[in-house]
Amino acid sequence: MQVSLTVNGEEVSEEIEGRLLLVHFLRDQLGLTGTHWGCDTSNCGTCVVWMDGEPVKSCTVLAAMAGGREVRTVEGLEQNGELDPVQQGFMECHGLQCGFCTPGMMMTARALLDRNPDPSEQEIREAISGQICRCTGYATIVRSIRWAAVHESAVSIGGRP
Amino acid sequence: MTTTEERLTEFVDNDQKPVGYGRMLRKEDPRFIRGLGHYCDDIQLPGMLHMAILRSPVAHARIVRVDTSAAEAHPKVKAVVTGATLAEKGLAWMPTLSNDVQAVLATDKVRFQGQEVAFVVAEDRYSARDALELIEVEYDILAPVVDARRALDPDMPVIRDDLEGKTDNHCFDWETGDEAATNAVFESADVVVSQDIVYPRVHPAPMETCGCVADYERVAGKLTLWTTSQAPHAHRTVYALVSGLPEHKIRVISPDIGGGFGNKVPIYPGYVCAIVASLVLGKPVKWMEDRSENLTSTGFARDYIMRGEIAATKEGKILAIRTNVLADHGAFNGTAAPMKYPAGFFGVFTGSYDLEAAYCKMTAVYTNKAPGGVAYACSFRITEAVYLVERIVDCLAYQLEMDPVELRLKNFIKPEQFPYTTKTGWIYDSGEYETAMRLALEMAGYDELRAEQMEKRARGELMGIGVAFFTEAVGAGPRKNMDILGLGMADGCELRIHPTGKAVVRLSVMSQGQGHETTFAQIVAEEIGIPPADIQVVNGDTDQTPFGLGTYGSRSTPVSGAAAALVARKVRDKAQIIASGMLEVSVTDLEWQKGSFNVKGDPSKSVTIQDIAMKAHGAGDLPEGVEGGLEAQICYNPENLTYPFGAYICVVDVDPGTAEVKVRRFVAVDDCGTRINPMIIEGQIHGGLTDGVGMALMEMIAFDEDGNCLGASLMDYLIPTALEVPDWETGHTVTPSPHHPIGAKGVGESATVGSPPAIVNAVVDALKPFGVRHADMPLTPSRVWDAMQGHPTPSV
Repeated sequence: MQVSLTVNGEEVSEEIEGRLLLVHFLRDQLGLTGTHWGCDTSNCGTCVVWMDGEPVKSCTVLAAMAGGREVRTVEGLEQNGELDPVQQGFMECHGLQCGFCTPGMMMTARALLDRNPDPSEQEIREAISGQICRCTGYATIVRSIRWAAVHESAVSIGGRP
Repeated sequence: MTTTEERLTEFVDNDQKPVGYGRMLRKEDPRFIRGLGHYCDDIQLPGMLHMAILRSPVAHARIVRVDTSAAEAHPKVKAVVTGATLAEKGLAWMPTLSNDVQAVLATDKVRFQGQEVAFVVAEDRYSARDALELIEVEYDILAPVVDARRALDPDMPVIRDDLEGKTDNHCFDWETGDEAATNAVFESADVVVSQDIVYPRVHPAPMETCGCVADYERVAGKLTLWTTSQAPHAHRTVYALVSGLPEHKIRVISPDIGGGFGNKVPIYPGYVCAIVASLVLGKPVKWMEDRSENLTSTGFARDYIMRGEIAATKEGKILAIRTNVLADHGAFNGTAAPMKYPAGFFGVFTGSYDLEAAYCKMTAVYTNKAPGGVAYACSFRITEAVYLVERIVDCLAYQLEMDPVELRLKNFIKPEQFPYTTKTGWIYDSGEYETAMRLALEMAGYDELRAEQMEKRARGELMGIGVAFFTEAVGAGPRKNMDILGLGMADGCELRIHPTGKAVVRLSVMSQGQGHETTFAQIVAEEIGIPPADIQVVNGDTDQTPFGLGTYGSRSTPVSGAAAALVARKVRDKAQIIASGMLEVSVTDLEWQKGSFNVKGDPSKSVTIQDIAMKAHGAGDLPEGVEGGLEAQICYNPENLTYPFGAYICVVDVDPGTAEVKVRRFVAVDDCGTRINPMIIEGQIHGGLTDGVGMALMEMIAFDEDGNCLGASLMDYLIPTALEVPDWETGHTVTPSPHHPIGAKGVGESATVGSPPAIVNAVVDALKPFGVRHADMPLTPSRVWDAMQGHPTPSV
């Protein structure tokens, strides 16, 4: 079957098998390997992407279900050569080690900050609680997202950090 | 504000001229934060085929018949291979890292649920999976051996009837220490406490599962294997020995690895199958396991059933520790540890205490479960050893009605006793245990916590304070007594300074997220004076790096880090000779200023390492006997292990109504000697502490009576999320290793070793009003509830 959608702002139209998972469509068919796969059961969240602005676990979404929708992946976080503050925050605060859960974590973080620009530590922990990181122990991820929150408000007041 | 890339050239807490150590952002992060990491499953090669593995649904059965005809008829299937096919090529069995054998594909019997039975290669990953369902296997079900305690009963079926003359499920016996001397101390001691303690089977479950892409090029006769390997060089040698391919025709590449934790040390049947498939089909073949395959078939961790006994005076002087261990090794002995250490480094079970005697006797058995045993940041079984000693010391404190901190302080090995030889023969290099303990007490506000606990107890609230102190032995290891399959555990390192003064350093170890590209650049920078940003670190490719045994057991910094420092010093020595020619003075008239050689007493006469590099490669004469170029290679053989240590304090609250445990605070003071990048060290500690919460409260790979794995998905095998862990409070002391070139000790597994006993000690402390002295992990609400009712759940 044919599926047409927008991925990171670009229109894509591809022939797919009806059962193809969105995660495999993005990775294998479009070559967007920043989105990872880590379990089969929607527990780990390393496959989180956005569909119409909502974070979804792309291992439990069919590519066909993304037809006509707007998908955003980690590759779409950087805009015009400028890193998203969330990306900078993860680097500044050591919010990643092996890097495998990082894209999913950052997509959730971006969605959180869009909704709540000044989240508390507890709100951040709740937001990322559908995702697993085996390396960092989460504290530095929380700090990374707080870093982004603080530096974003600097952007809105006086230009990019 | 600077860009992220520019930030890489800065030091956050270091504004001097080029030096190595300090909090520096990671060089590997720019690719990871853009989703541009390059993991195994990201590899796409032209014509690449996909492999999937059919696994046994039962724990123990004879294979009667395998019918692959329907799978072979699938239009997208290129090959279906069974154990019988492999047996014809002599490839049905392979050696494990402990010199046992393991089936690549089962031929006679299946011996655990999830064992590899056949594989399919197809045009795409979905078709390969489809075809698995078309393979028919007839099994003659056998009784499984599930409970290790019954494995040696005479009526048990023999799992390993593939081994000639095998009539039972005995795997090995091992002992350490002096039995007679220990028994004598026990007989005359004032106080003896005995406690049965189980460290249940858990699984490292890295976020990226195991997998590979095998690509055999027929014309060149060369196999390239991209694989999730923590030890690419060791794997290459084993593949050469097993496959018969000459070693120079095998290139093993570990790309970015999504977490390892020891899960990616062994060689799994899937890797061998993919290699076979590529050899047979002449095409690249990808195999990535799914999460259930990872949890049910790859290297598990722990599974020690222990009895700990401690003898002491009534004043609390610990005299001796005696322990008996039953080790469940699963169906094949796949332990990844130095060969002469079948129980890993469990021998350090005497902990951080000055004892008169110690003895351990261990029996290992086969069961119908997946192989493995040494994984999940265990520092070769030190996790189990530290859990045993720190639990039994708390049991003694309970018995003596003594504060657990006071008891530990009374018994620590004193700074002046180092190097300290334990009663089981380990030579601890350096330690300041009391200093670390007191720092942790101060950070935690220990006395205030005890006061708060008393108040809460009076109100019926359950608050617990747990203390643990650990000493690890990491950095395997001296080649005189440590090897894996005959390969010495030394590490090579090569450093090359380019003409313009930039450098490349090639390591034999392999990062799985530890940040080698940053830390090793810093180590070299500190020695050679070139900024870390100008030093490229290469690891993971056997064609591009010198031989060495890889990253596990916290060995990278102790072994390879030493190699990196020493190779830089070797280059510096040559640079000094060249500098003497450039400045027309004798070598002894020069002094090193971290980046340049000055004439002693005349700092205006100076050449930088960059000047020297250009001279080394440039025109004109060099001092007599000096070859051009500026590079060196070494192989570092550690003279001893390094012994990091730490003091951990955990505060928990237990809900009296639901028995749910909440870790409220966790204070971790670590001493890993010289600190290269404090940010990375802190990250390593944080991750290990989280592992500890998982093991202490949530994680267990359990089996039902038929040998079905009950932890086969992340819905069943619970791993901590951000909601189950607190914000970590870390501190440190610095006691350098006296024998390590830069005084560094390993740190990657310290927290995984030290945190489980701190958490369990805290929960048991919370349950003191119920008369609880011990409860086995994982301390789930139901287990805590049972303990509160006076009947702790026996662990399985």
